[in-house]
Amino acid sequence: MNQDSNLTLDQEKVETQVPAQSLSSLAWKRLKRDKVGMISLLIVCFYLLLCAAGWMGLVGENWRADVAVPNAPPTFATWEPRGTQVNAVAATSSSADQVDDDNSAAAPDPLAALMAQADKHESQYASKTTTLKDTLILGADGQGRDVLQKAIKGTSVSVSVALLGAFCAIVIGTILGAIAGYFGKWVDDVLMWFYSIFTSVPDMLLLLSFAAVLSRGISTLVLIFALTSWTYVFRLMRAEFMKHKERDYIKAADAIGAGQTRKMFRHILPNVSHILLVQFSILTVGMIKSEVVLSFLGFGVGIKQTSWGAMLAEVPAELIQGYWWQMLTVTVFMSVLVTAFSLLTDSLRDALDPKVS
Amino acid sequence: MKTPLVRISNLKIDFKMEDGRYFEALKRISFDIPHHTVLALVGESGSGKSVTSTALMGLLPESNTVIDQDSCIEFNGRSVLAMSKKELRRLRGGDIAMIFQDPMSSLNPVFTIGDQIIETLQEHKSMSKKAARQKAIDLLTEVGLPNPESRIHAYPHELSGGQQQRVMIAIAIACEPKLLIADEPTTALDVTIQKQILELIAKMQKKHGMSVLFVTHDLGVVAEFADNVVVMRHGEICESGGIEEVFSRPKHPYTKALLNCRPSLTYRPERLAVIDDFLQGEEYQLPADRPRGYQEGNPVILEVKNLCKYFKIKTGLFRYIDLKAVDGVSFQLQRGKTLGIVGESGSGKSTVGHTIMRLLESTSGEALFEGKDILSMSNEDFKPLKRRVQIIFQNPYASLNPRFTVGQILIEPMLLHHIGKDKQEREKLARSLLDKVGLTANAFNKYPHEFSGGQRQRIAIARCLTLQPDILICDESVSALDVSVQAQVLNLLQDLQDEFQMSYLFISHDLSVVKHISDQIMVMQQGKVVEMGDADSVYANPQHDYTQKLIASIPQNPKWFEASLAR
Repeated sequence: MNQDSNLTLDQEKVETQVPAQSLSSLAWKRLKRDKVGMISLLIVCFYLLLCAAGWMGLVGENWRADVAVPNAPPTFATWEPRGTQVNAVAATSSSADQVDDDNSAAAPDPLAALMAQADKHESQYASKTTTLKDTLILGADGQGRDVLQKAIKGTSVSVSVALLGAFCAIVIGTILGAIAGYFGKWVDDVLMWFYSIFTSVPDMLLLLSFAAVLSRGISTLVLIFALTSWTYVFRLMRAEFMKHKERDYIKAADAIGAGQTRKMFRHILPNVSHILLVQFSILTVGMIKSEVVLSFLGFGVGIKQTSWGAMLAEVPAELIQGYWWQMLTVTVFMSVLVTAFSLLTDSLRDALDPKVS
Repeated sequence: MKTPLVRISNLKIDFKMEDGRYFEALKRISFDIPHHTVLALVGESGSGKSVTSTALMGLLPESNTVIDQDSCIEFNGRSVLAMSKKELRRLRGGDIAMIFQDPMSSLNPVFTIGDQIIETLQEHKSMSKKAARQKAIDLLTEVGLPNPESRIHAYPHELSGGQQQRVMIAIAIACEPKLLIADEPTTALDVTIQKQILELIAKMQKKHGMSVLFVTHDLGVVAEFADNVVVMRHGEICESGGIEEVFSRPKHPYTKALLNCRPSLTYRPERLAVIDDFLQGEEYQLPADRPRGYQEGNPVILEVKNLCKYFKIKTGLFRYIDLKAVDGVSFQLQRGKTLGIVGESGSGKSTVGHTIMRLLESTSGEALFEGKDILSMSNEDFKPLKRRVQIIFQNPYASLNPRFTVGQILIEPMLLHHIGKDKQEREKLARSLLDKVGLTANAFNKYPHEFSGGQRQRIAIARCLTLQPDILICDESVSALDVSVQAQVLNLLQDLQDEFQMSYLFISHDLSVVKHISDQIMVMQQGKVVEMGDADSVYANPQHDYTQKLIASIPQNPKWFEASLAR
């Protein structure tokens, strides 16, 4: 149109070949170039799938079954097969009441009558012989439960507790932080007092006191983690919202008549979402570790469930007798995820905020 | 023939980009800096002028820079490219000194300015502390800092921008360098301070017999004191030579364009020249003058009466003082006309714009828009009026939400004000506005970071146009742009005013830009209006001392240069 726009139009023509790129798609491109980041992402995704499959009952369902002799060693650590078979008796019938005492006294053996009675009693129970394995891929625990099954179930529980806890912490922290940072003044003061109270208590003490008061279970753990961890997110989000509300694009939104909620959550939130993503993965790692500590101390998921922490709690007694496999399995499962998650966090940070690196 | 102080030949520098491709920053450029002269390196952003000066200092990042093997940078006969890191360090502090655009970020905020000068002297001249202190005081006296004896204990934040730049110059000349590189040293400063700093650099250059490499985008500041000029564009040298030669008889069309696209104080063309006018090869014809001015009695669209905006500054636990950012400002804005507000930083000119837009709450006063006071209205009452008054901000990089596509940016105000029936109608309107501001339709799905500064400012203008406002407040809207882009945006604003009869409140520190676009001018100083009147008469016949001082500080083009324009 105007002659002054010719230059711009020329530049436009060059740019048209490249499809539109949002900041997040650019970040994804950067992440894809990062080998360590991609491998970590694959590992984390694998764990997430495992976690989902665990809840759908596809894997790790019969972690409670006694499938091997107590403390059966892992297969790879066994040199000579022992071949022991143990018969287990399971009561399948309850017709014992019908036993009657019409015995013939003609028997020479004084105990024959009793023996016959005992045989009769026995025959009324269907006895089934189950073969207990004496080695398993990753061994068995003190009750003969499969360590691999337990570890998979534990993964599913531990990871979901951590993810849910981190998610709740992010939601609480973001909403409160956004309100405090955006509105400022007395709103900020009130929320900061609230924040200071929470942070003035040592984290572990807060965790333990919540755990002691509330009943055991997965939802309790999630609640505890959310209540103790939102403060980190709050502090970050408050600072970010304070910074962004002064930016010109928010003034521009104000000028076209955008409301407060719109400015906060439609305009500013997407601009700080990369910080939330990084914070989410940092929190998840922290919560995996906290869950282990809590369960180890007996405040964890309770006896109906198992988790990495619950498994580790059994370890000291086993180690004294030289049964090391449960400890090794849980440690490997946990450290692989924690390491991958931490590396992924670093890569995410680099990809989302290239100016820092 | 005597060897020049600096010889750059065949310099080719590539930057490795994130995606592995190479960006050619410099395409085999060659020029010399003779002894005891001032060379101006002129170019717009992206021209490679800063890359050149950084390469000369040996400061390019090693990780992603590829310097071609044939390239050669010689300083006093020694190759800079072949120097070790230790030699480069000695060269930088001793023989080459540098001053930057932003003095505040170049000075270390936790040390006093005295410490920073003394440190330089001890490092490079191995002086005793006492001698260095005395020398520091001498230097500060030399650069014209008042009370150097006591100011030596001042921290950088206690000084004004101009004084900070003086300290930077003192540090730079402390070791008697042979070459001073000044990278846009006055861009961040007010026009009156700019003049003082330029004079200081010129004085120091003569006194110490240095050479100066003056890197700038502003041809106006160069004309006065450079000996030679090199004009760069896209990593190539367009033209180089003696200043008078290049300015009075420019050969390259780009140089001609640069010289002509700056608004002039002496005439006002209907539209400003843009680079394309010259690159198309046809002879450029100066358009006819556009008459400006205003009469009493034209319809008034906005009347501001006694506007005040005080900021409370905390001075003690319960004590506040009022900072009078805007103090009793009154004016009338006529329909279809432009009121230019000029003043230096801190004069309150932007605060006036923001207060009228209600981005800031006013302390007192009224702004009558069609007879209704928009300052005392409730938010609900004001919301429909927001459509009628719009604002364009200074920095197009900051005023667009980076997470929104251009389409979303343009459609959002329509959604908020219920313009257009449905999605399709809004999209259609958005696309037509993109066309109006000179962007192609495929910009619709792109994100702001994919555009240059000038294009982003067009997007911001299009966003305002969605609401079809009656008043457009331009808050330093062209100040962050290159001169050629600035000309394009000014032309665009002019076209839009002609088409829609909008009234502009044009706020700027650049007097020549304000002169070009305004019918009426208001000069502000420390929150007060010192002079107001018809644009041409204020410039031709300034009444107030401050206005006279402002106009005198505009870099004056030498007579020979003004005469040669647009030939």
